[in-house]
Amino acid sequence: MPDLLIELFSEEIPARMQAKAAEDLRARLTDALVEAGLTYAGAAAFSTPRRLTLTVQGLLATSPTTREERKGPRIDAPEKAIEGFLRGAGVAREDLEIRDEKKGQVYFATITRPGRPAAQIVAEELEKLIRNFPWPKSMRWGAGSLRWVRPLHSILCILTSDDGEAQVVEMEVDGIRAGNTTRGHRFMAPDAFSVTSFDDYATRLKRAHVVLDAAERAEAIWQDATNQAFAAGCEVVEDRGLLSEVAGLVEWPVVLMGRIDDDFLDLPPEVLQTSMKEHQKFFSVRNRKSGRIERFVTVANVETADHGATILAGNQKVLAARLSDAKFFWENDLRTVREEGLEGMAEGLRDVTFHNKLGSQADRVERIAALAREIAPLVGAKPDLAAEAARVAKADLQSEMVGEFPELQGLMGRYYAQAAGHDDGVPEACEEHYKPLGPGDAVPSAPVSVAVALADKIDTLTGFWAIDEKPTGSKDPYALRRAALGVIRLVLGNELRIDLTNGLLISGRRSMASMLCRAVEVGQHSIKFPLLESLGIAKGDSSIEELNKKSLEAADLLAKGFGSGVPPQSWEVERSNDLLAFLHDRLKVHLKDEGIRHDVIDACLAMEGNDDLTLLVHRARALGAFLSTDDGENLLQGFKRANNILTQAEDKDGVEYSFGADVKFAETDEEKALFAALDTAEPQIGRALKAEDFAGAMRAMAALRPAVDAFFEAVQVNVENAVLRRNRLNLLSRIRSICLQAADLTRVEG
Amino acid sequence: MTQATDKPRSFQEIILRLQSYWAAQGCAVMQPYDMEVGAGTFHPATTLRSLGSKPWAAAYVQPSRRPTDGRYGENPNRLQHYYQYQVLIKPSPPDLQDLYLGSLRAIGIDMALHDIRFVEDDWESPTLGAWGLGWEVWCDGMEVSQFTYFQQVGGHDCHPVSGELTYGLERLAMYVLGIDHVMEMPFNDPAAPIPLSYGDVFRQTEEEYSRWNFDVANTEVLLRHFEEAEAECEAILAQEATDPKTGKRIIMAHPAYDQCIKASHIFNLLDARGVISVTERQAYIGRVRALAKKCADAFVQTEAGGQAA
Repeated sequence: MPDLLIELFSEEIPARMQAKAAEDLRARLTDALVEAGLTYAGAAAFSTPRRLTLTVQGLLATSPTTREERKGPRIDAPEKAIEGFLRGAGVAREDLEIRDEKKGQVYFATITRPGRPAAQIVAEELEKLIRNFPWPKSMRWGAGSLRWVRPLHSILCILTSDDGEAQVVEMEVDGIRAGNTTRGHRFMAPDAFSVTSFDDYATRLKRAHVVLDAAERAEAIWQDATNQAFAAGCEVVEDRGLLSEVAGLVEWPVVLMGRIDDDFLDLPPEVLQTSMKEHQKFFSVRNRKSGRIERFVTVANVETADHGATILAGNQKVLAARLSDAKFFWENDLRTVREEGLEGMAEGLRDVTFHNKLGSQADRVERIAALAREIAPLVGAKPDLAAEAARVAKADLQSEMVGEFPELQGLMGRYYAQAAGHDDGVPEACEEHYKPLGPGDAVPSAPVSVAVALADKIDTLTGFWAIDEKPTGSKDPYALRRAALGVIRLVLGNELRIDLTNGLLISGRRSMASMLCRAVEVGQHSIKFPLLESLGIAKGDSSIEELNKKSLEAADLLAKGFGSGVPPQSWEVERSNDLLAFLHDRLKVHLKDEGIRHDVIDACLAMEGNDDLTLLVHRARALGAFLSTDDGENLLQGFKRANNILTQAEDKDGVEYSFGADVKFAETDEEKALFAALDTAEPQIGRALKAEDFAGAMRAMAALRPAVDAFFEAVQVNVENAVLRRNRLNLLSRIRSICLQAADLTRVEG
Repeated sequence: MTQATDKPRSFQEIILRLQSYWAAQGCAVMQPYDMEVGAGTFHPATTLRSLGSKPWAAAYVQPSRRPTDGRYGENPNRLQHYYQYQVLIKPSPPDLQDLYLGSLRAIGIDMALHDIRFVEDDWESPTLGAWGLGWEVWCDGMEVSQFTYFQQVGGHDCHPVSGELTYGLERLAMYVLGIDHVMEMPFNDPAAPIPLSYGDVFRQTEEEYSRWNFDVANTEVLLRHFEEAEAECEAILAQEATDPKTGKRIIMAHPAYDQCIKASHIFNLLDARGVISVTERQAYIGRVRALAKKCADAFVQTEAGGQAA
């Protein structure tokens, strides 16, 4: 059985796309071959910057012949129908067979499809795949219409038989004819050569200075880098992402280690690392004794007569230019914060627009500081410290360093806060208040950091809610879903007990205040008098001057939060409820990952105090655990049965059965036992819920199960005797009300 | 092909070698466009000529202005006025990478000693409504060129595709000549009777323009000029295709495009003056792009744009 070798040779493929492209080539082509009847023993795919390679071993030489039997019309059917059948089946009349069926004699055709040679099938499927390859981004070139990630230069496609004979698969895509040749390294072995099999190919490539396997290149780079570092008393800072990227930038890795000039060694290590990685794709190398980053490793793609001396010198020079920039920024920034404090550095935030409708970054900082002060007591932070941290946390956005390396925001804030003499958790808050950035990012736990992080995210949410810029569908340009998830993870991760509604209302007022001020500033009002009137501000004439004046009055009032004495208006409550519902939606997504069902969350969301997310989640976890037990599942059925009977009776009778079940009307033992069980459980559940011991409450509910089951087994509720019936309905309502205290079980499915 | 691999001695020698190299490859060596532009791409020899079906091959130096990059002549690498070398070939030849590498050899970069890499870098010009795929080319870790296959310009799909090469001349020359501060780079031959450094030629102008760009340019006047250029561009394109005087079909794509270039540069100046907010920025870019698209629409109606006469 032959082996198949394919190489698609192109101009440089972006490093980040190579691995997936190789896998796509393997999976899609082998799937297509199997679909066409060509099974195989094994396959593997490889990538370098200039080639995607697939080897398939033990491919069938010919696809199997297939036979299909097709039933036709009756032999007395109209001639046209018979001709149509012959055309469809592609057979002649004399090849038809006549069989006796229940309804009479019927024609049958047997369609034979002979097997086809592998080369023919490979040619077809490879062409299809090349034309429809799933590149994340593809392009055209020259005058052609073929799309590939970068210009495709040649196709190598051969079948090697068991005796080692290689046959070129005849195919052509947009003028590129498949052959049996490839090329080696762009500079070290650029000439074309032909190959006869995969082994031959891999061997010759290596001789032509190309290591085909990306994993082998990465391994070689890592080995060589760690060895060189070790010999110098250093270690390479591990970075898997960078390693695989670098392995995708070279066909023949040559590891070179260089020194960072002493001038730059007092820069923060993160600055060195970021600058070297982002701009130069260098690995950082740390001195094992001092722990300082003192060297770098760069990976060249070529061996040179001077053993890389020119290349290393060039790289060192580029690095020095980059790092002198960084050092210049660092020193300027330090001078600024030492002379003017972070507040001085933050001055420029007044000129930076956060959003055209919400004002400047400085306005935003003011709001966050006020909110952080209010949140502080709830998270165990000192209000003054939280406000101080919030006021300086965004100062580094104005630093020269962050201007150059935006990814260092926060981190530079910490360094500069320390340099400016801040203490007591403020520097950490500067760094951590952006967190958590994504689902995998750590949640801060230091109280000052938590206060500022929460205030930052809540302000973002209420701000964009105030100007009606909510996420829609896949569009979330201001990353509001991430902000909402941040709030959720901060609250849950720190087990915070906060009634969010209050925070959303207060923060919402400040957002509105900023929005009104901004509207006056830019002369674009979107808020009209009625809203201002609802705050108790008298309507004046409808001139723009009057609207400006009244808007500023309203802004003053709103900026005070609830200190103004004006209670929350219906539009405010509506908006904060809408935002809370958005947070609840994100919470559902978050808890789903934890394995908590959406209906369980719904049952808990329906309860009072659902803006206390910690309480909400405790309840949901307990309910989820309860429902997964046998007792829980059965009690749920008992509850549903009780609720159904009650609801029907209440609908029919037009009354609510909610009170007055009396044990003296109980007839059967089961009925009496239920009374007794409820009398025991009710205070237990009440106590447990009061103590927010949801697991305890659920346990007490579970204890009701035998009595409830036995009751339904033995007792009929809707009996003739009206007194008995009413008493039993009222008894059922006790089950209902007890269960509903724990969660709204009517929302649980099943 | 034999190319001089000996080292050039001055900035201008590098330019001259590039000129003769690309001339030898069959490019029309053109002169800089006589307007202020932010990059060589704005030259109509690139922007407009990359549109339509007519083959094209041009190379030229383009003085480029980026007001926000001004550093009063003090920064070793940053300038508000610098030179780009630009090559545009349509359709992109299959050996464009090799041709490009040949140009590096021509200016004295020895491939046997240096590490040349093609690193993914997709190019997009929001103001021109243009994008392409390609690389930044690294020599020993330094970016020395941009290499792009144009896919769309002025909102039009490019058929055929042009290959575009852009060399940042000062940076490339500093590397080849081993110079650390741009102002110290020899402009002409250091052995010339009157040797001139880059600083002799440009230090004072960098200072003057930095001051003007950042602090003095009259923003009200600039804002008015922007509006006027925009209006003029649209007015030009709104004219009948048939010239009433000559009776000929004359679509004025180039004069209209001049106004688009003007608007784009004024926007850059306003940006340097710091009077454009983040949100306004997008709006201005959108307005320039709208002009660029209209100019492209007009150009493809002309003979040079591939329309049969």
